[in-house]
Amino acid sequence: MTINRRGFLKVLGVTGAALAVGRDLKAAPNSNTEIDFRGVLYDSARCKGCHGCEYDCADANGLPPPDPAKDLPLVRQTSETKRTVVNQYNTSKGKVFIKMQCMHCSQPACVAACLTQAMHKTKAGPVIWRSDKCMGCRYCMISCPFDIPKFEYHSPNPKIQKCDMCYERLKTGEMPACAANCPNEALLYGTRRQLISEARKRIVENPKLYVDYLYGEDEAGGTCWLYLSPVNFKELGMKTNLQKASYPALTKGFLYSVPTIFVLFPALLSGIYQATKNNTKNEEDKS
Amino acid sequence: MNPTYTSVTDHDGKSIWKFLLSELKPKGKIFTPFNIISVPIIILGLVLIVIRFWKGIGAITNLTQEVPWGLWIGFDVVTGVAFAGGAYVVTFMVYILNMKKYHSIVRVTVLNGFLAYVFYAGALLLDLGRPWNVINPIIGNNFGVNSVLFLVAWHFLLYMVAQLIEFSPAIAEWLGARRIHKILSGMTIAAVIFGITLSTLHQSGLGALYLMAKEKIHPLWYSEFIPIMFFVSSVFAGLSMVIFEGSITHKVFSSQISDKDHRAGNKIIPGLSKICAGTMFAYFFLQLLVFIHEKHWDLLNTPMGYWYLLEMFGFVLLPMILFYYSYRRNNILMIRVAAILTMLGVILNRLNVTVIGFRWDAAIHYVPSWMEVVVTLTVIFTEIWIFRWVINRMPVLRDSPSWASSDNR
Repeated sequence: MTINRRGFLKVLGVTGAALAVGRDLKAAPNSNTEIDFRGVLYDSARCKGCHGCEYDCADANGLPPPDPAKDLPLVRQTSETKRTVVNQYNTSKGKVFIKMQCMHCSQPACVAACLTQAMHKTKAGPVIWRSDKCMGCRYCMISCPFDIPKFEYHSPNPKIQKCDMCYERLKTGEMPACAANCPNEALLYGTRRQLISEARKRIVENPKLYVDYLYGEDEAGGTCWLYLSPVNFKELGMKTNLQKASYPALTKGFLYSVPTIFVLFPALLSGIYQATKNNTKNEEDKS
Repeated sequence: MNPTYTSVTDHDGKSIWKFLLSELKPKGKIFTPFNIISVPIIILGLVLIVIRFWKGIGAITNLTQEVPWGLWIGFDVVTGVAFAGGAYVVTFMVYILNMKKYHSIVRVTVLNGFLAYVFYAGALLLDLGRPWNVINPIIGNNFGVNSVLFLVAWHFLLYMVAQLIEFSPAIAEWLGARRIHKILSGMTIAAVIFGITLSTLHQSGLGALYLMAKEKIHPLWYSEFIPIMFFVSSVFAGLSMVIFEGSITHKVFSSQISDKDHRAGNKIIPGLSKICAGTMFAYFFLQLLVFIHEKHWDLLNTPMGYWYLLEMFGFVLLPMILFYYSYRRNNILMIRVAAILTMLGVILNRLNVTVIGFRWDAAIHYVPSWMEVVVTLTVIFTEIWIFRWVINRMPVLRDSPSWASSDNR
């Protein structure tokens, strides 16, 4: 018995230490808010709804060409074959277009959810998906507040499809395909700080054109894609009920309780075991 | 004692392969109602599983981009693991609290729990889009330690090992391996302590999985207390399963159970009933506190609100009262009714969080396809087959051989 208990405690100590240390190390450089990520500012007041970015995106990522004319009257969603869509809304200020794609959160829920580190927040800003690590559990889809990761349900070797801000292009110094080719300059690529000050400038210079709100500045703890709009974002089908704090913060309390329970429970249970070991009398009145 | 069993003990590792081969043969009747129903379903399920790996998950499921986890996760894994919670509760009572009265149900409960975990983790593999990468979070090249799912996956794995250790003396008795039996029995307490700790964490962890889906789950079911709710409800979910499973095994495998254990069984059930009533009261109170704290009074007068009230009053409060009442009256039949009601309530609760209330506002609702249901049944039936195979061979329900009793506590 003693040998076993010793062996058990040894295992427990190592596991506990590994868990505690692992979490600490991971928590330390989690100051993503201090890094100046790259992102894109989308100005829906400038977007003319040409859908050119959809074609550029499909081209750049080897996806089938979109056919927006066919399903235009509907509000479309991004899908496993469309990493971005531009939708048209009839709003209080007339026709307004809005482009949807991954928001590239500063502290992404999908990355925190991923147990294989397949979803990865790069230092540059894009959130990318790595096929060699992913096991297809789709927990990223459960966790993403914007419902962005899409799964190829009809493939025996399915991939997660989502905008990766053209990470491969960024590495060679190019811009994301959509931002590089927008004929109306509705998409501006830059560092998040630059984009925020540019957006503020546009709002101040043209207060009648824009609502005084920069979508993405605080949503889900801040995102790398930022949105300017002439109308309330609710009218454009954007999720306006999201929390301002980051989504991974929601699981922090639970994850922090793990090392505590891992150390205290065995101690407590061993204690009770020792205390009741020689109890044979009270089994009758325990019922 | 069973005559075939005594002959087995004489082997003591000599012609072990011959013995194992002979044990693989079926025992008992082949054309039982259960076999006639389960075999065609299992065959159909296996065909569907082949199609799933050949054409993709979408070929046999109705999963959508908004609802990526359906019946296979919400029922097989999340609900199944809650029902398997009986193992940690009973081992806690018997080994830690030294409540010897419950000793006769430890083995069958642990076996049930172990098989549940093996099969539900197996069902999880069917749901993985890229199952060949499942080793990534295990072998250490890709540790996503910030993920609740990482924690749950590891705990599943470790807990299966702990349960196997807890059950292993029965295997040693079956094989007649006396020395190994002594070693394995000595490891029980450590495995139990480790197992209870792991269970606490992953029962609640299954709830914590859904914490980031804050806006996607109906507000009546989402709160930051989901992990605690899942943990507390796993106590009575597991014990109700023990009562339910016990009432079936005592009938089906009646010949294996000694008179002493039969009599003990009638004392065990009221005891479990009382514990169920107590934990359900705590659970109901917790739910009430959370409800008042979240201030969702306006949501009660909606279809989802009625559904919530049905779950809380019809499947928590009612079985709780039944449990308490029939414990006082010592009414075994009523306790079984309460156990079934409780199990329905747990299924309802888990599905409400994971499937029914998940994206309740989505344009396209997810309803599982018949093929998903068949695969789920295949998993359950196969588990029962293995369970029966083990019960018929190892000393799970029947008494251990006399040589083993000095090792067993």
